[in-house]
Amino acid sequence: MKYVIIGNSVAATACIEGIRSVDKEGEITVVSAENRPAYGRPLISYIMLGRIAEQNADYRPKEFYEKNKVNVMLGQRAVKIDAGKKAVLLESGSEVFYDKLLISTGSRPFVPPMEGLDKVKDKFSFMTFDDMKSLSLALSEEKRVLVLGAGLIGLKCVEGIADKVKSVTVVDLAPRILSSVLDEGSSSIVQKFLEEKGVNFVLGDSVLSFYGANARLKSGKELPFDILVLAVGVRPEVSLLKEAGGEINRGAVVNERMCTSLPDIYAAGDCAEGYDKSAHANRVLAILPNAAFQGRCAGINMAGGDDVFDGGTPLNSLGFFELHIMTAGVYEGECSEDISGRNYKKLFVKEGKLVGFIIIGDIRNVGIYTALVREGTPLSQIDWRIMSKCPLLSAYSAKERDEKLNKGV
Amino acid sequence: MKRIYVKENRCLGCRLCEWECMYANSGLDAMFKLKGKQGEILPRIRVEDNPEDIHFAVNCRHCKQAICVKSCIAGALSKTDEGMVVIDKNKCVGCFTCVLVCPYGAIMPAADGKAAQKCMLCTDNDRGEPNCVKYCPNGAIVFEEGDL
Amino acid sequence: MNIYIPPEYEVVRDGSRCIECRVCERQCANEVHKYDGDLKMMISDSTKCVNCHRCVCLCPTHALKIVKSEDTYRQNSNWGAQTMNEVYRQANSGGVLLSSMGNPNDYPVYFNKILVNASQVTNPSIDPLREPMETQVFLGKKEVEIKRDISGRIVDTLSPQLSLKMPVMFSAMSYGSISYNAHEALARAAEELGIYYNTGEGGLHKDFYKYGKNTIVQVASGRFGVHAQYLEAAAAIEIKMGQGAKPGIGGHLPGMKISDDVSRTRMIPKGVDAISPAPHHDIYSIEDLRQLIYTLKEATDYKKPIIVKVAAVHNVAAIASGIARSGADIIAIDGFRGGSGATPTRIRDNVGIPIELALAQVDERLRQEGIRENVSIVVAGSIHSSADVVKAIALGADACYIGTAALLALGCHLCRSCHTGKCNWGIATQRPDLVKRLNPDIGYKRLVNLLTAWNHEIQEMMGGMGINSIEALRSNRLMLRGVGLNETELRILGIHHAGESM
Repeated sequence: MKYVIIGNSVAATACIEGIRSVDKEGEITVVSAENRPAYGRPLISYIMLGRIAEQNADYRPKEFYEKNKVNVMLGQRAVKIDAGKKAVLLESGSEVFYDKLLISTGSRPFVPPMEGLDKVKDKFSFMTFDDMKSLSLALSEEKRVLVLGAGLIGLKCVEGIADKVKSVTVVDLAPRILSSVLDEGSSSIVQKFLEEKGVNFVLGDSVLSFYGANARLKSGKELPFDILVLAVGVRPEVSLLKEAGGEINRGAVVNERMCTSLPDIYAAGDCAEGYDKSAHANRVLAILPNAAFQGRCAGINMAGGDDVFDGGTPLNSLGFFELHIMTAGVYEGECSEDISGRNYKKLFVKEGKLVGFIIIGDIRNVGIYTALVREGTPLSQIDWRIMSKCPLLSAYSAKERDEKLNKGV
Repeated sequence: MKRIYVKENRCLGCRLCEWECMYANSGLDAMFKLKGKQGEILPRIRVEDNPEDIHFAVNCRHCKQAICVKSCIAGALSKTDEGMVVIDKNKCVGCFTCVLVCPYGAIMPAADGKAAQKCMLCTDNDRGEPNCVKYCPNGAIVFEEGDL
Repeated sequence: MNIYIPPEYEVVRDGSRCIECRVCERQCANEVHKYDGDLKMMISDSTKCVNCHRCVCLCPTHALKIVKSEDTYRQNSNWGAQTMNEVYRQANSGGVLLSSMGNPNDYPVYFNKILVNASQVTNPSIDPLREPMETQVFLGKKEVEIKRDISGRIVDTLSPQLSLKMPVMFSAMSYGSISYNAHEALARAAEELGIYYNTGEGGLHKDFYKYGKNTIVQVASGRFGVHAQYLEAAAAIEIKMGQGAKPGIGGHLPGMKISDDVSRTRMIPKGVDAISPAPHHDIYSIEDLRQLIYTLKEATDYKKPIIVKVAAVHNVAAIASGIARSGADIIAIDGFRGGSGATPTRIRDNVGIPIELALAQVDERLRQEGIRENVSIVVAGSIHSSADVVKAIALGADACYIGTAALLALGCHLCRSCHTGKCNWGIATQRPDLVKRLNPDIGYKRLVNLLTAWNHEIQEMMGGMGINSIEALRSNRLMLRGVGLNETELRILGIHHAGESM
């Protein structure tokens, strides 16, 4: 059996592990446009911060590929899938044949059209290791950085560079930062916190055009800058599948076994859709744990095993400097809040279940809440009075606790 | 694999396990030297109390399908061949996704706030066997083969 | 106005070792220790301390010790501090003083003035590691005559017997005075050791019926928890006439110790004081006693030995003689040092006689009257060690009851505050949070350890004397010598002074 995996990050790695849990012998080939072994994409801001040494950034130990008998083709971009011939055409012109193919190409930055953007010299994305490296090289203490996008990627980039440059200004169309992840209250706490660290925000505004070292905003405001970081948004990277005739919605359409509409082609990770238990719909759930679950599921199925991905839940653990933010699920239903100083907690209860939360500050045991969201535990089964105050296992019944702590897990 | 199990009906909530954990992982040669070190080192086991006078200790269950391992953005968490969930301090960046996903509250930020920490059954210190088990005064924490 | 009574003991904390872990605070039911948020340190209130050593034992850095207070009244050999404080206490409260566990006062301990013999040269000692050494005993009436049927076969007329793998049993401690977990530990240890434990007058918890074959159930003056299945479940039935710690008076279990379970087991209302009358109201003579004995025998089909337990009092020998003729199978005698969960201090400290003297006299009297084989004798009231067991048997006992020693094995530190119901060791309490502290898995193992060790020591001492069967040691007073005892004491004990030969 010949397995080919396009892309080489978390979903790809999990796929390798999934395949090897079923098939110890089949030939696995990984085609990666990047030039280094797999790493967790979110790691790049931490590398920049010096929180992890570059040599420790690999997602798996050095011997991983050898141990799993994987042929890794680094720096080889796949340009076409021939589903009929069951071959992947590489940029170099060579072809790689597959029996089972996984597309785990992640996402690519989305850049809206802006006049004069092509003339901006120092502009960067912040998605890959290489992006991070080239941005790092451009930084220096007298540089002013303009970041477009106050989402996760933009702000993680801000955290990484804030101490290294003269000024950082973030522009976002939305009226608040992290608008896709946080609600108003929590967003303003984070914003205030970042402003105290010297970050400038221009919100509810967008760049119309660039001229020279200036950005002209819709509001008429002008922002001089030396370095531009583009972090407006991302789109699933599904061009290969689309061209091959696979069904695409926002991302690659897959079933619960991670099969695309094309035979023997699977997709997993940020490029694929999946069932979102919180939104009760299929959508792209671009978070790392999902990539790991989907990748593994795809791998098992590719190798002839039987596994299903029964859905994921939006989860975010964000840290900006020493401020920690955790969110899960959706922010619907009845909200109970507990806000004091920099501690912020909102729990969302709908139809007798915890469906989501936003927690800033005291993050101890938050996973106990996450489990409630993920498992859809009816709150009538637990002591919500205790649990709503603090995530504790003691809110479970004695029997449940016994199951959790004394049985196989 | 031998795991730590807690017997709720035996736990007194004295929290000696937390202190024995801190001691075991402190590198100190006498427990009283923990004096004044509160906050500099944190336990990897935590005792819960509830109003009905129920107490129990919680530490890593070393889940078979460890969601923390799958969620780690850096590959810092992994499973050993025996099934123990271990964390590589040099790889952990302190994103605390593991804290967000652990259904037991058994992974926590280390005292410096820069990395996560978790119970590794005292294999990462000089004790060799779980110190909390050894010093529980009431046999409420046991280290034995589980029903896996 | 209440007069302040300074604490007898003080908690001393070594600040350089205390790590403020607050284990002492969490473990003290008397609320001695507290973390002071303002001072950022642990503080202790010695006036609340009962000196149970729970905190001392659990302190992980050994930062705590408890010392005798140096605060004293003016030196007085007549009016000691204890005596004065008791007067203050009674003047404060107007109440009868209550105490727990055995008489702590400075009366002679005769066991400590008796020495055991050993073989040298002319009679070989026996190595218990190489030779069989029998410590099993049977308790019950022994037949002295052999009866045969017409065809000459021996007729089995042997009364029911208790079989003990070693001559020690756990004495009566009721569920109520001690905890469920303490009972479980005792029951399981008795089962593993092949001996018996005793329910006391607290009934038998439904969970412990399964240990019935190692259980002695008690019928006392309050008749708490007595019913047909209770009697049926047991290996033997003990009629409690008296208790060494409080001869002549009944029992009193404070209402706060009568929890749901205790109430159910005793068949009495919850939260109401349980009073056992001083006498059995249906027993005013040996004849009355005989009626109860036979009532119980009838109820259990003559299958179970009946024990009659009395306190060691001045005319104990005559009383024992009556009991031996009443149909009882075993007499249990409890000396004045015997323990108690709650007893008026004056009674405990001033009534009764030492078990050693009582035992010697009872054994002697029954022999003189030729009725020694009618009954077995079990003694209680401060059996401290295996050596005491050996000495008691040589003085004429068949077996010993241990209570305090067993509780010590379970963690008791003899703070003598059982009557407060706040036992920090989970023994003499019904508070669920405290009961929990005695893990029966650990407790039973410790009891088994203790008695296994004692049995080894008993065998060593027997071997030393050249005796390989415990039966052969019984009443073998030639194996004993007194030291520092006067003529009267030696005569009562029936032993020679050390230095005198056969």
